[in-house]
Amino acid sequence: MKSFKFDWLVLPLIGVAVVLLLWQASCATWAKDLPTPAKTWEISKPYIMEPFAKRGEMDQGILRFTWYSLILVAKGYFLALVIGTPIGFFLGLSKTFTKAFDPIIQVLRPVSPLAWLPLGLVLFMGAGKNASELGALFTIAICSMWPTVLNTAVGVRAIPQDYLNVAKVLKLSRTKTLFKVLIPASLPYMFTGFRLSLGIAWLVIVAAEMLTGRPGVGGFLWQEYNALIYEHIILCIVTIGVVGFILDRLMSLVEKKFKTA
Amino acid sequence: MAYLELNNVSKSFGGASVLKDVNLAVEQGEFVAIVGFSGAGKTTLISMIAGLLKPTSGSLKLNGREITEPGPDRGIVFQNYSLLPWLTVFENILLAAEAVNPNWSPDKLKEHVEKYIAMVNLTPARNKKPSELSGGMRQRVSVARALAMNPQILLLDEPLSALDALTRATLQDEISRIWSEDKKTVVLITNDPDEGIYLADRIIPLTAGPNATLGPSFKVGIPRPRDRKSINHNEHFKQLRRDIVEFMLGSKSERHTAITKKMILPDIEPEDLNIPRTMTAWRKTPIRKREQKEESVEVKP
Ligand SMILES: Nc1ncnc2c1ncn2[C@@H]1O[C@H](COP(=O)(O)OP(=O)(O)O)[C@@H](O)[C@H]1O
Ligand SMILES: [Mg+2]
Repeated sequence: MKSFKFDWLVLPLIGVAVVLLLWQASCATWAKDLPTPAKTWEISKPYIMEPFAKRGEMDQGILRFTWYSLILVAKGYFLALVIGTPIGFFLGLSKTFTKAFDPIIQVLRPVSPLAWLPLGLVLFMGAGKNASELGALFTIAICSMWPTVLNTAVGVRAIPQDYLNVAKVLKLSRTKTLFKVLIPASLPYMFTGFRLSLGIAWLVIVAAEMLTGRPGVGGFLWQEYNALIYEHIILCIVTIGVVGFILDRLMSLVEKKFKTA
Repeated sequence: MAYLELNNVSKSFGGASVLKDVNLAVEQGEFVAIVGFSGAGKTTLISMIAGLLKPTSGSLKLNGREITEPGPDRGIVFQNYSLLPWLTVFENILLAAEAVNPNWSPDKLKEHVEKYIAMVNLTPARNKKPSELSGGMRQRVSVARALAMNPQILLLDEPLSALDALTRATLQDEISRIWSEDKKTVVLITNDPDEGIYLADRIIPLTAGPNATLGPSFKVGIPRPRDRKSINHNEHFKQLRRDIVEFMLGSKSERHTAITKKMILPDIEPEDLNIPRTMTAWRKTPIRKREQKEESVEVKP
């Protein structure tokens, strides 16, 4: 029990302390413009202590901004799953489909969100004031769907022949085979993809908000950079990191549940 | 004409010929056991009868009709159970019952499934997932699933090979009882001549592969119900066992091959979990196999 506490509480705290010290030392030496930890805390305090306050469009509590970002991420992520999962299934089931589309997927996959976003804005230019949201959704969806696509495909290809034989011997209909055999058998892989996709969606949101100036953690970060309030940049970075970490933990809990099932 | 008929069936995978000129005729209601060494092609043979594999040449007929695909007339119990791990015992069997009887009401289906769960004595485990069951219990679910389809013919691929001796004996008695109740045609694959003699009307040895084929059939003249204890002293039983074992060993001694093959092994020696992990026995580096590139294996009968 003692070593448990040491491992999970004391050691991480030591890690944090070391980073804070390095930060402080940097402020004092080579990074004169970097706000110190104490200063950062002081300036950020109103945003943390009243996390849901709304003082203006771009002056809101940090959790309120986070909430906006999460909503946008949720929409884009949902879109990615809805599009990505079936594509993954087709890739996994059909060699022809794989041969036709795998190269283009491999080419599109490494394209940065910063490259997609302008295209998204162009695509939805006609949408008026929704253009920035639709463009952002497009970017989140297209950047975050690849892990879902690829992991689903791998999962479908990895279904043991035994299960497919069961489906054949029982003469299950196509829908029954899909829902009783193919999907449950590939679910663990799919969830790995879902988790990785969520991580990417959260990465993309910041870029998307920065470029479109939407209210949210990323938009706030960019605005405060322009307003020379550097303390808030650090506040945003920490928030983005913590939220991303929590999302990943939640998803891996869900993932584990399906792995053992 | 026999109920199940195989005529000069051969099967090869790529260039490797596994089965060659297999002939078999099974009458309706007959219990036939096929005994063979592991790797001879028993699963391949039963997969062809099930319609999961196509023969390279020759024909398989059931009830006069060519076997081209799996069908509800053939219930198969796979060697590795092949239960769907995300479904409970009940759901696994229900899936089969539903597929065969799409027009039945949910109540009728439920009653039907419960009947087969009870038949294999699994009612207390009906809501368990396969991972929560012992090997013997999984095997019984697999048998119940095949029976619940009410097939004409039951194909059992080494159903008991993975089980311990006691569970094996219990399940043999269960298979024997179920068969005597509704006299389905049964083809049982086994690697144990005793099991074949105890259960079947007729035993056919499969010679050692490659190019395995079925040998002469040995009729089991021991009257039913057979008693496990007294059968061991039965002269006919002893003679049969000697004949079958002799035939099979004879078929194997004709082949004597030495294979030299490249070993593709994981580079790290698996850790032996039976060795207690004391500080002294602790190895910092895993054992590498990199040096071991080639190994000569003599394959002996
Ligand atoms: N799908 C396959 N592709 C290639 N070779 C196979 C395949 N299935 C079985 N074999 C080969 O056929 C031989 C017989 O296999 P199998 O029928 O499973 O033997 P048994 O059930 O008697 O142990 C083995 O040498 C095996 O390697
Ligand atoms: Mg086998």
